[in-house]
Amino acid sequence: MGQTIAEKILAGRSGQPDAKAGDMVVAKVDCAMLDDILGPRFLAEQMDRLTERFGADIWDRDRVVVVSDHYTPSGTASQANIVKFTRDWAARHRLSHYFEGLGPCHQILAENGFDVPGTLQVGTDSHTCTAGAFGCLGTGIGTTEMLSVLLTGEIWLRVPESIDIQWHGKLPEYVMAKDIALRSIGETGHSGATYMSMEFSGGAVTELTMDERMCVANMAVEAGAKCGLMAADGETDRYLEAIGRGERYTPVSADGDAVYAARYSFDAGALAPQVACPHEVDNVFDIDAMDGTPIRRVYIGSCTGGRMSDLEMAARLLKGKKVDSGCKLLVSPASQKIWLEAVKKGVLETLAEAGATILAPTCGACLGVHSGVIADGECCVSTTNRNFKGRMGSPEGKVYLASAATAAATALHGRLSDPRKEW
Amino acid sequence: MDWQRIEGRAHRFGDHINTDQISPAQFMELSNEEIAAHAMTGADADFPKKVRKGDIIVAGKNFGSGSSRETAPLAIKECGVSLVIAEFFARIFYRNCINIGLPALIVPDTSGIGDGDRLDVRLGEGIVLNLTTGGSRKCAPIPESIMELLNAGGLLQQMEQKLQRRVGL
Repeated sequence: MGQTIAEKILAGRSGQPDAKAGDMVVAKVDCAMLDDILGPRFLAEQMDRLTERFGADIWDRDRVVVVSDHYTPSGTASQANIVKFTRDWAARHRLSHYFEGLGPCHQILAENGFDVPGTLQVGTDSHTCTAGAFGCLGTGIGTTEMLSVLLTGEIWLRVPESIDIQWHGKLPEYVMAKDIALRSIGETGHSGATYMSMEFSGGAVTELTMDERMCVANMAVEAGAKCGLMAADGETDRYLEAIGRGERYTPVSADGDAVYAARYSFDAGALAPQVACPHEVDNVFDIDAMDGTPIRRVYIGSCTGGRMSDLEMAARLLKGKKVDSGCKLLVSPASQKIWLEAVKKGVLETLAEAGATILAPTCGACLGVHSGVIADGECCVSTTNRNFKGRMGSPEGKVYLASAATAAATALHGRLSDPRKEW
Repeated sequence: MDWQRIEGRAHRFGDHINTDQISPAQFMELSNEEIAAHAMTGADADFPKKVRKGDIIVAGKNFGSGSSRETAPLAIKECGVSLVIAEFFARIFYRNCINIGLPALIVPDTSGIGDGDRLDVRLGEGIVLNLTTGGSRKCAPIPESIMELLNAGGLLQQMEQKLQRRVGL
């Protein structure tokens, strides 16, 4: 019987010829990522105890990556102390892969070559599924589970059922990967893929750059999924070669007769810009239904919607124009690397001239802990991944999720706006 | 602790209670005790005042969706909750519950359980008796491998037992 991408990866990592949905496997981890908010500070004490009593130690220092991103740049002294603790912990354990203040962990992992096709990645952040854009099975785990991974290099996993999600055709102008992500979740529902793997394919998906693929894979967890996977292809190779990681890997793709729990097929050509309304990610509508809703805050950033293609799209819409006087636009490039590239290309200049405030690369406002949280009653259009009540600050605020194109058009008018009407 | 049987008072919640409601991010830079002091406040601002040791959380579909934060089940456990029942759980939350030694039971239909009802839950048998209404609900028992984890006290304790055996202490 044919296998899905998830089945193949988990069979490979557990040393078995094949695996099928429902099997329990003990799999070898290729990369373990700890962030500042849920990483070392919650496991350090227990780890020290196990080291002292039993000599337990990190299984492979080269496979552990620590990223301080949620609390950088720190908004309070306690956040600063957590970052300091994280940095010191990484140093004490002689970990060479420590990154601080350079942007959300998932982007950092991708840029530094940790998202390798066919491998297994676990992280203390639920959006670890972003790595699925590379055909790397990335999944979020808790801190105690991470401690176990650090000491053993292994994790037990139930092989997930897969949902086949195909996007055919070509995305229209000003309709983005984010719209694919939102529409997919709107269809499956925000728990429709619970325990499962979402496997994305079709012409519209293979047309996407890695930037855009990461945006789609990133949001798989918003449908409850364990992972969101795409087969590696020439585009993946180009990305890996460009970052100097063009060495060979074993490509993994689904078999023609693989078994899926459900199948979806969409026409990208018929897709309109999407908006996920408060307070659920699957509360998704075409922009036409929401056009005109007053908005005081627009946020373009995060591991979902702050990449180069997002910034370029926003700049394209805002060039030579001004953000509405009643609306504040905040832009946080998804990494230091993107920040610099956007400077060199004049993208940040265009955005700043239009009235945007350019922030550091950070998770801050996305989860409402610093750098632009929203006030009571404020409505924000955001390119991030969650619009839960209170997510970006006040529980009395409202968050609408959309693409960078919709966000930029909205900033121009101070109300939810259709980017397709801007040209 | 005998995980076979848990008796307690139900706190009723609806569908899709997410981790930002269970453990709001704004408090996550604080200590475990302070995080627990804000448990569930995104869904019910008075929960920390109302909850008593041994109480049971009963929710609808997709309890614990969203973040991988282990502070969500930790906050619930820390404030005295003995068991979480839901029609189904978000996957990371479910694993986190078991890993920290907080039993999580999937009961496909929780409709007959109201706020304040006294429940007698037989985890090993898969039965929820509602002592207040006299009703009952059946469910799959907690699988043996997960029961082993719970009986050990959680993943950390199980790991410790394994390490102990390895070094022959």
